[in-house]
Amino acid sequence: MQQIIDKLIDRYAIEPIQVRRNNQVFVTIEKNRLPDVLTFLRDYENYTHLAFITAVDYPEIEKFQLTYMLHNYETNTDLGLRVLLDRTEPEMVSVHHLWEQVATYQRELREMFGIDFPGSPGLNESFALEGWDEIPPMRRDFDTKEYSERTYFPRPGRKTYDPREYMKQKLYPEKKEDK
Amino acid sequence: MDNKDIKTKPKLANDGLAEHEKALFCDARPQSYKPLGKYVEKFLNWARANSLWILGYGTGCGAIELRPLMTARFDMFRWGLAPRPTPRQAGVFVIGGYMSVKTLKRVIRSYEQMQGPKFVIGLGSCTINGGMYWDSYNTINRVDHYLPVDIYITGCMPRPEALIAGFNKLKELIKEGKTDGQNEYANNFDWYKANQKKIVKDWNMPDYNW
Repeated sequence: MQQIIDKLIDRYAIEPIQVRRNNQVFVTIEKNRLPDVLTFLRDYENYTHLAFITAVDYPEIEKFQLTYMLHNYETNTDLGLRVLLDRTEPEMVSVHHLWEQVATYQRELREMFGIDFPGSPGLNESFALEGWDEIPPMRRDFDTKEYSERTYFPRPGRKTYDPREYMKQKLYPEKKEDK
Repeated sequence: MDNKDIKTKPKLANDGLAEHEKALFCDARPQSYKPLGKYVEKFLNWARANSLWILGYGTGCGAIELRPLMTARFDMFRWGLAPRPTPRQAGVFVIGGYMSVKTLKRVIRSYEQMQGPKFVIGLGSCTINGGMYWDSYNTINRVDHYLPVDIYITGCMPRPEALIAGFNKLKELIKEGKTDGQNEYANNFDWYKANQKKIVKDWNMPDYNW
């Protein structure tokens, strides 16, 4: 693992490297560097398996954080590449030419977070949400409870009692009258 | 055609369809079922109750609980239950747990394709009030706003025993003639359709599929 860290620092001058475990490392890189680094890792360093792409929303710093998780079957190590995107116009370089299945992840991210991946096949087709017309639901400023109550005819709840007060009333009704 | 609605209410608009598709689909409303004579209907209800054919469409995690019913331990064939692969042959729609908006669209389509008399079982707490997904952005809360539900089985998930109890209760209701979901759907068609269309925003199928 240390070798690959050294190589990444050598080649790409990637500085903040976060070593989680002996076999799991996260690095944060620039947005435009990502295809280079991915290609290098896949073709030279045997990180052939892209496990997933995921996004985290940080509205407090106005950023989306994308994580590309790579796995090396020979050394059994994981390498996470993190990219910070601007939250107002989130756009990312598509890497579907490296792994075909990336297009599906990108479709999902497009729908759930509204991140654009220009050139990715089938990007604007609906994935799980058909005909969604609100802000993307996985963004943190989307109030899912409020939306659900507004849209899905919530069933009115049952009457609930504070158990202590309820038992007091039930067991000692005369004491309540004293007050 | 002695059905009042057919004459008085307008035909369905099928607004969701493209212009060239409109001629391909029917624009008639669902008809309510007019019961036959008292004793004939009693016999028919007995027959219906004893051959409940389930539409094998796993709509949620509750579909997992239907599988053990088919196996030797619970053996649902004892009660005349059998899974069918297509809505055309089925009489009972088991809504297995949570229903997302995307599933709801397919469920409506399947339900309308089923031949009457048809019954709906809501399985699990998600069908009743959304269950653990009550505040989700994509899971509907009450199935009875979209389809006429005859019986709910509570639990998350209900055990196969609970399912059997639910099916037996449904059979009792059918024998008593209290399961009128098909007529309810036909008579309140506009209300159901408005609810469905409020949720399913890209309505690109005919208003009534059969």
